[in-house]
Amino acid sequence: MAYPYRHEKETRILSECFGDPSARTVAGWKKHGGYKGIARALEIGRDATIEEVKASGLRGRGGAGFPTGLKWSFMPKNTGRPHYLLCNADESEPGTFKDREIIRWTPHQLIEGCLVGCYAIGAAHCYIYLRGEFFETTQILARALEEAYAEGLVGKDIMGSGVDIDITLHVGAGAYICGEETGLMNSLEGRRGEPRIKPPFPAAVGAFGMPTTINNVETLAATPHIARHGGEWYRQWGTDKSPGTKLFCVSGHVNKPGNYEFPLGFPMMELIEDVCGGMRDGKALKAVIPGGSSVPIMSAEDCRTCTLCYEGVEAAGSMLGCASVIVMDENTDIVKQVRRMAYFYTHESCGQCTPCREGTAWATRILRRIEDGLGTEDDLDTLIQISEQMTGTTICVLSDSLAMPIISSIEKFREDYLALIRRGERVGAA
Amino acid sequence: MADNGRKADTVTLTIDGHEVTVPKGMSLLHAAEALGVEVPHYCYHPGLSAPAQCRICLVEVEGAPKLQPSCVTMAQDGQVVHTESAQARRMRQGVLEFYLVNHPLDCPICDMSGECKLQDYVFNEGREHGRGREPKRVFGRDDFGGDVLYYGDRCVMCTRCVRFMDEVARDGRLTVVERGDRAVIDTFFESGLDGASFAGNIVDICPVGALVSKDFLHKARAWDLDHTESVCPNCSQGCNIDLHTRDNLVQRLKPRENPEVNGHWMCDYGRANYEWLNRPGRLEAPAVGRGDKRRASDWQHALHALFERLAEAGGASVRVVGSAFSSNEALGALRALGEQAGTLQAGVFRSRRAEDEDPLPGFPILVRRRDLAPNVDGAGILGFTRVGDDDGAGGLEEAADHDGVLIVVGDELADQDESFGAKAGLFVYLGTFDSPAARNADFVLPVTTFAEEEGTFVNAQGRVQRFRQGLRGPGTVQPAWLVLGTLLAALTGGDRPVSAADAFASIVQRHAAFGGLTWDGVGSAGAALEAAHA
Repeated sequence: MAYPYRHEKETRILSECFGDPSARTVAGWKKHGGYKGIARALEIGRDATIEEVKASGLRGRGGAGFPTGLKWSFMPKNTGRPHYLLCNADESEPGTFKDREIIRWTPHQLIEGCLVGCYAIGAAHCYIYLRGEFFETTQILARALEEAYAEGLVGKDIMGSGVDIDITLHVGAGAYICGEETGLMNSLEGRRGEPRIKPPFPAAVGAFGMPTTINNVETLAATPHIARHGGEWYRQWGTDKSPGTKLFCVSGHVNKPGNYEFPLGFPMMELIEDVCGGMRDGKALKAVIPGGSSVPIMSAEDCRTCTLCYEGVEAAGSMLGCASVIVMDENTDIVKQVRRMAYFYTHESCGQCTPCREGTAWATRILRRIEDGLGTEDDLDTLIQISEQMTGTTICVLSDSLAMPIISSIEKFREDYLALIRRGERVGAA
Repeated sequence: MADNGRKADTVTLTIDGHEVTVPKGMSLLHAAEALGVEVPHYCYHPGLSAPAQCRICLVEVEGAPKLQPSCVTMAQDGQVVHTESAQARRMRQGVLEFYLVNHPLDCPICDMSGECKLQDYVFNEGREHGRGREPKRVFGRDDFGGDVLYYGDRCVMCTRCVRFMDEVARDGRLTVVERGDRAVIDTFFESGLDGASFAGNIVDICPVGALVSKDFLHKARAWDLDHTESVCPNCSQGCNIDLHTRDNLVQRLKPRENPEVNGHWMCDYGRANYEWLNRPGRLEAPAVGRGDKRRASDWQHALHALFERLAEAGGASVRVVGSAFSSNEALGALRALGEQAGTLQAGVFRSRRAEDEDPLPGFPILVRRRDLAPNVDGAGILGFTRVGDDDGAGGLEEAADHDGVLIVVGDELADQDESFGAKAGLFVYLGTFDSPAARNADFVLPVTTFAEEEGTFVNAQGRVQRFRQGLRGPGTVQPAWLVLGTLLAALTGGDRPVSAADAFASIVQRHAAFGGLTWDGVGSAGAALEAAHA
């Protein structure tokens, strides 16, 4: 079967039209029930829309898993000031490629989601902040947005409702930290992409100093379905704490990597063994990073009983994050993998906070030295202490994002580190 | 903290086991300061916004999930804060270790050594030995233009300098370039800080030796400098400063905080103009006699002779020339002496004026004034009239040809020739340097500069401000107020002033504008004159 890979066990809500270019037009999208979600939202009103989203239990798909309806309800009412909805399409977490697919195949799904979000929080303007490297995606979305404007779905008096909602595309310059919500706001405003200190929170002082809500692409894409069918409908999938369906971006050493949509709570091993066609070349599973590069690494043992929902992955000692499942087989060099990731975070640290600016770079240099066979066992203790000093001490969580993989990899794969250290000792390098 | 404050305006919290009541909206950092607890900080500066990015002011707040930056966390009722808990200390030690990962530790050749916050904090609670084995990254140094040199390797990236230029100078010439551990401070264009008029302040607020003054580069070690509270003598704003001296020479001027006058800042013009205080070739001993008859003397003989000449001259026409660089005490005594010695025709002074003012946009009460002397306003209040042009020249025609008693104090008469005072019945010259125009003086009396004496100036806001003695005067120089006050006392039979405080008290007595002020009351921060004047 050609890309994108599909599997009969999938529950396709968001990904129904993946692989079908005809859904990129307004007419094509309407054939799949498009723009009925915003129509119903306009019909039931602002507060009822928020209530539906609250009832659905939808949690933010960007990684933190914060309840979306609750987030929307934080927006102040009757401030007399402009409100903004920001759509975070700066998908930059290594291993993640779900937002790009949503926009590529179903741009109107996102546009409709933005309309629902804007309407619910009383915003007349939505900015979609696109990752700088998304050339094709941006073109597809721009074309779709143009058509939506022409059809009266976006702009003044949308669908004859008297509500004005504008959507602006903003293409970033490709910085990881601009995917952090307040870093994104600074970047959008033309400043350096540096996260802001909270409080004040975006709902009080956000983009351009105005009340702002910021949501991930996948979150917003789910809201038209919830608005159309109701919150209870969405709850038929998933677990009590993690309702609904979710796209899982599987990459690494499996036979059929790709985006697969399942209700939350789907067993991890079933995803790897069955849906993705098993490990590549029949190798044994060594480790899995379940939620994008910034979550703790899981050993094969941790994966046995793990179910892919927020609470399930947490129980297995990691985090669901944005459900970017990176699968690694027995031949994987864990130290090299962690070092390469550490280099990524060093490169992407904005440099504001000292623990992150200095800690990421220092950790990378130590990891490099260990990889080169020049490490000592003391270095592992230093790495763990550096990581602890980088946890919870900064404005945003970028340094925590490196600390977690370092700590977990040393805890779970200490032998891999020690092997390199000993090999270095044997050849007299250290 | 006062009991009469309404309850809603204050909050009471516990810091390190001590209860403290502070105004609402005060940060934990300041609340701790009120208790005498210094929480280390780099990026926070009271004159700038707080980005909370240096992460060294983290403190433990009971009930909070993680350590809180004390510079932006507001004090709340009932809060229990620990600045010295194991967690807070461990985290500070960790952050300090990070600061040293790339810091060159070149303290022995660093100008900041001795007053460096990184040195202080690491000495207080840093790790005994570093664990870094990796080579440090090297940026080298960068000439930012103006008087500022940047050592990127020493930088702690607190961004105080960038924020000063953006928020206070409103002249965004600095920025952070690159990111992560490659981030450095840089200028946008080749010209850098050239022509910026307040950029010197970034050297002051840099907590480490990353930004240093080219003028001061390797000139003195911080611990060898004596600090003297003073007032900037280079314009009528009168920014509060410290004279930093060593070997009886002024090495640099640094702003001293005064929220009513200059905040934490001073201008580059004022800061750069101090070498005249170190100028050699001073008048060191009194001299008596006109022209070729001039002979060196001593104070006892000179003053005695001068007293007799003044007593003889009783009822003569008197003209006095003062200076806007002279203290109120000197000018007040000069005026009183002029009135006592005969009929005072006029008291005049000359002073340079710049073409325009130069305000500090983010702190608008600080303005580099047009008047480029510290006591223009004091001279005015004490009855002196400004004469001459904006270059501080001319305007002395009447004085030059005066045939009565002529007393010149503090004006070097640089634009006058040897005929000045030739017709005067008695010509007295009190100055710091000899002058061709003093050739006809019957008495040449050496006096101190403002840095060598105590006294007061009145600034353009109508504020009386005290300066203290930072240098020893050369030879036998005396303060002008002492010389003039002694003569006045001899003529009137009154008490002679023995301190600048006495001299000040007699001005307060004679001039209503100074009403109600006391020497101690003026203190270090100064005091506003009667509203009637201001």
